[in-house]
Amino acid sequence: MAQLISRLRVWRGAVLLLAGIYFLVPMAASVWFSIDDVNGIGFDAYTGLLSAPGFTDSLWLTLGLAAVTVVVLLLLLVPAMIAVRLGSPRLRPVLEVVCTLPLVVPPVALTAGLIGVLRWGPDYLMDTPFFQTFVFIQQPEFPLVLVIAYVLMALPLAYRALDAGLRAVDVRTLVEAARNCGASWPRAVFAVILPNLRGALLNASFLTLALVLGEFTAASILGYEPFSVWIYSVGNSQGQMSVAVSVLSLLITWVLLLLLAAAGRERHHKTATS
Amino acid sequence: MTTAPTPVPTPAATDTSGGPGASRTASPTPATERRRLRGGSWLATVPLLAFFAIAFGLPAVAIVTGAFTVSSDAPTGGGSFTTANLTDSVHGAYWTALLSSLKLSALTALIGTVVGVPIAQAVVTSRFRVLREAVLTASGVLANFGGLPLAFAFVATLGNAGEVTKMFHLTDHGWSLYSFTGLSVAYLYFLVPLMVLTITPALDGLRTQWREAAQNNRATALQYWRHVALPILFPSLLGGYVLLFGSAFAAYATAAAMVGATVPLISRQIADALSGNVLVGQGNLALALSLDMIIVAVLVMAVYLPLQRRSARWLS
Repeated sequence: MAQLISRLRVWRGAVLLLAGIYFLVPMAASVWFSIDDVNGIGFDAYTGLLSAPGFTDSLWLTLGLAAVTVVVLLLLLVPAMIAVRLGSPRLRPVLEVVCTLPLVVPPVALTAGLIGVLRWGPDYLMDTPFFQTFVFIQQPEFPLVLVIAYVLMALPLAYRALDAGLRAVDVRTLVEAARNCGASWPRAVFAVILPNLRGALLNASFLTLALVLGEFTAASILGYEPFSVWIYSVGNSQGQMSVAVSVLSLLITWVLLLLLAAAGRERHHKTATS
Repeated sequence: MTTAPTPVPTPAATDTSGGPGASRTASPTPATERRRLRGGSWLATVPLLAFFAIAFGLPAVAIVTGAFTVSSDAPTGGGSFTTANLTDSVHGAYWTALLSSLKLSALTALIGTVVGVPIAQAVVTSRFRVLREAVLTASGVLANFGGLPLAFAFVATLGNAGEVTKMFHLTDHGWSLYSFTGLSVAYLYFLVPLMVLTITPALDGLRTQWREAAQNNRATALQYWRHVALPILFPSLLGGYVLLFGSAFAAYATAAAMVGATVPLISRQIADALSGNVLVGQGNLALALSLDMIIVAVLVMAVYLPLQRRSARWLS
């Protein structure tokens, strides 16, 4: 028995060691690659980023797109999901299908479809007010068409995150309790339900944020230059800088996730002590 | 992290009659209240459904109609019905690309499953909570670490000028990152963590009693896995495999930045066709290729969703 246990431990250690090597080596190599200089170690790739042409513009564009996407997504999804729990359970399968369907359309195909629709603009709608809408959503300063694409892509992820959160709280009872205590409808939703969903809301926002920060397919094919596309063009000329950005993006994801975990833990702690 | 759709037991929330007791003890108002609520609550779903109908419906219509009509830039003038786009999309270079995409996805998903399960099992059976937390958090980060950063990280590691390549002179041994093998190695970097995330809840659901019962009946570890654990895990495993397959199949950025055109992939062919890199009169080919891709993805999801339900039932 002791022999079996020790064998088990060796086996487990070996698996984790090999996995550790595979996952840590590229990270270490990337860091080394980005600071490896002809005369030792230098952080030029990182400092040079800030002054590189297009860095701030593309970063702001991406952050703006991410913020708008998160807001639009939550505004569309949260009321619908709460309403389905409270009063219209028959719409629930509909919602589930709607939020699963984007999974079957890969980003490239979605982009192809969007381009197909956008071509209708000049082809058929030249003299109608719709044409103005088409022009408006494609303006290069803030391409709303990307927001549309991102909301669709994030829909399944956000739905699952929010659904998990909603399963954990009994929305109906909470609302009834709040209403019986004399709370108005908006107050019941904003002061009772949403605080209970904080973890799920954060989770959904984080997933959406991560998706938008890294999204490359739709933006590059549609011809816009948010951060990911900018990195690509930099990568072609300055390899070291692009690797530096990769390292940074990994770090940012870690930090976001740790913040999220901390927020979730704080909530658990609170509910446990109260 | 919820990249992995976690199996969840069905809660009481599906019960439409309201919580037991919750309404009985309340004053008469909630009944009328609820009726009023039920009457108007569907309005809150309207924005989402309307957005979806336009933003998802129109592109879907564009793909299907475009795939079956002659491109507007064709010399004969476009608009008429044709199946030529679809026929072309499964012939020649496009067929090669589709096959290559399928092969890459099937292979990397298989390796991802075979490698991911032991890691998850090692984590699940470990006594150290910290290790478990660390591996799961890392998996959450790495499963999202796709796209360009992944490509650049691997170029820096195993590319021609990569650190590891230089250190071990791998190019002398015939190594090239810019190949089918190289791309597979890079894809596994996000597929394995995805598998770990997906399968961990299922492995958690395997009760110790089952293993003990098997041992009491003198089953060896191998027999336990073959006759007890694997049959229970099978829906989850297949579901995870299919999820990995779908992720690998849809990926575009990593391949675009890493291997360029050396490995033909359907997602790259679509992007090329969209950027006008095709013969005149074949503009709608991109839409036909997209339709091919969607059909594969629909088949994949048709396997995945029922499986996910089944495993959720078993392991709750």
